[in-house]
Amino acid sequence: MFPILKKVVWAPDIKQFTINAPDIARKAQPGEFVMLRIDDNGERIPLTIVDFDPNGGTITLVFKESGRSTLELGKLEQGDCILDLVGPLGKASKITKLGRVICIGGGVHAASIYPIARALKNIGNEVISIIGADNKKRLIFSNEMKEISDAIYIATEDGSEGQKGLASDLLKQLLEKETEVDMVTVIGSLAMMREVSEITRPYKIPTRVSLHTTMVDGIGLCGSCRVSIGNEIKFACVDGPEFDGHLVDWNTAQQRAKAYMAEEQLAIGKFHSGGGCHCHK
Amino acid sequence: MSQVKETKKIPPRVEMPVIRPDIRIHTFDEVALGFSEEQALVEASRCLQCKKPKCVESCPVNVDIPGFISLIKQQEYQKALDKIRERNCLPGICGRVCPQEDLCEGACIQGKKNQPVAIGALQRFVADWELSNGKGCQNNPEIKPTGKKVAIIGSGPAGLAAANDLALMGHQVTIMEALHIAGGVMVYGIPEYRLPNTIIQQEIDYIKKLGVELKTNMVVGKTDSVNELLHDYDAVFVGAGAGLPWFMEIPGETLNGVYSSNEFLMRVNLMNGYRPDNDVAPIHIGERVAIIGGGNVAMDCARTALRLGGKETNIIYRRSEVEMPACKEELTQALEEGVKFTWLTSPIEVRGDENGWVKSIICRRYELGEPDASGRRRPIAIPGSEHEIEIDTVVMAIGQGANMLFANDLPDLETSKNGNIAVDETTGKTSKPGIFAGGDIVTGAATVVQAIKGGQKAARAINDYLVGFEKGN
Repeated sequence: MFPILKKVVWAPDIKQFTINAPDIARKAQPGEFVMLRIDDNGERIPLTIVDFDPNGGTITLVFKESGRSTLELGKLEQGDCILDLVGPLGKASKITKLGRVICIGGGVHAASIYPIARALKNIGNEVISIIGADNKKRLIFSNEMKEISDAIYIATEDGSEGQKGLASDLLKQLLEKETEVDMVTVIGSLAMMREVSEITRPYKIPTRVSLHTTMVDGIGLCGSCRVSIGNEIKFACVDGPEFDGHLVDWNTAQQRAKAYMAEEQLAIGKFHSGGGCHCHK
Repeated sequence: MSQVKETKKIPPRVEMPVIRPDIRIHTFDEVALGFSEEQALVEASRCLQCKKPKCVESCPVNVDIPGFISLIKQQEYQKALDKIRERNCLPGICGRVCPQEDLCEGACIQGKKNQPVAIGALQRFVADWELSNGKGCQNNPEIKPTGKKVAIIGSGPAGLAAANDLALMGHQVTIMEALHIAGGVMVYGIPEYRLPNTIIQQEIDYIKKLGVELKTNMVVGKTDSVNELLHDYDAVFVGAGAGLPWFMEIPGETLNGVYSSNEFLMRVNLMNGYRPDNDVAPIHIGERVAIIGGGNVAMDCARTALRLGGKETNIIYRRSEVEMPACKEELTQALEEGVKFTWLTSPIEVRGDENGWVKSIICRRYELGEPDASGRRRPIAIPGSEHEIEIDTVVMAIGQGANMLFANDLPDLETSKNGNIAVDETTGKTSKPGIFAGGDIVTGAATVVQAIKGGQKAARAINDYLVGFEKGN
């Protein structure tokens, strides 16, 4: 069992847990993820490791309540336990000194990009960060990102903070002024990461995206997470989650992401009608 | 003299009672119901107690079959089970899923003129007898601790067998399992109607009572590195299995509604999709399901598809019925349940609709040529035989390879060209001192009992290694 030591509520549907998981904290690296199962009836869900403290034996997860399992997870409080937590999984981000890098996080994934941006900064890169959200209230990790960035740009869709528009708009403007960029790394929705990859393509700037696909086991057994990268089938769980955004077959990735939408809507309906949460009786 | 009399009066083989096909396709309850005591006694009486029993020779782990059957005849069921356990620590599991027709029963002398003794059913009978007769899993053997520690990677049959034997030899054993539940492919792969999860967990509990520690959610190669294990333990056994699903590498395999056999079975078995109230890992079952492949896994997928509500389930296999690797019982039960077979056919493309869902497969027909390296006649494509089959769900059950998580962590470990770990055949020794391996990660996907044998061989070699050497020498 893995106790939740601290809970932070960023927004009504965006939450953060610090969890006691010494074995995972000891090994975690930026870009890796965990699979968790809330209780014995739960599904295994993948979540990015946002922070890790090897000495304190904790990891930090930030998630948006977007399906039944994350809704159930959001109901847990400090002191509650998660039944199964396994990791760190996936391939860690390659952290090397490249020069000037742009780190982009969209929505809840402003938290997911944070450990990568921090590691890129610590190894000596100039880090320019762009984070985006719907509005000021749902903007997360801006202070954390500010601390580790040489420059930070913020976009909100309603203009309540930073520039009005999308994070990708900011990138476009930035690249029009400044093309001396050695790498762009982005985590967000598939549509956003696709857009970013299309923006950087003509500039030939190496672009890393993080594909958060459907997974069952997360350790390479099922192939549910398969994506087409440069016409080759790869498993996001063991070959990724980071891939070259210019090689991703985005149509396939977006089509596969929709596979269980109907079931998820049903499950969310069940959750809201009271039958969904097995964790708090 | 009396033996002559007995052979003449030999009763017919007692067939295992099963749930009727029209009923069982609506449930994941176990198909085979097991023998009653009366049936077991009649069946046991058919064993001729051969002096040189061929059945024992044909059993990969050499269970003393006449020995345990003789104890059944004396109604000494616990002793019969203890006799089996001397050679096989997973009796209830193997009684259910061993391909006995190719092993012990295939060699049974009774089978020459009559039907072979139902050895598998008898083994299952005594294993079930223990479970339902109160004593449960009791075992208090006197074990002398050696002070040596062994880490086992994977809790499938190879790992469990190695753990069982090493614990009995007095070593302190810890099993590392990557998933949230122990059992490996027996849990995530073999369906509930063939091997109930409670049976697996009870046999694992028995092994745990020998003092074996089980750690779930431990991915060796990620949570712990192999080198760390070598530091903390005196030896390591790798029984990580053949978990990497193969695809055909044909166009359209990333369409929605195309599953690997692993994903398909895992959603149902591991994530409890077989329970009517459980919907955490849904499967899209359309009316028409195509299963590609001809092994036991293909049968498991087809029969699971029927139980999930697939109206028409079609196994598509590129050779003919004769070459199908599936065991006879599985094939017979699949046919009884209404699974259809299309032999000498294989897909070359999966086609989808405008929303990215499977709508058909393009197949090609084959004829059989000369035998290939496997000894089976090689399928040869018939030019111009391409045709389209309308389909809603496709399951690729064409085999599995070695999961690379472990090997990636130990790049200098010798592997074969297909990624399996290379070992010394008699000892399971790998190219790295202190590391042994067995089961599917060495042989490629095989049977439960073959994996047990691999675990047992390695356990003996690990014991020699630990008792023979002090660490650091």
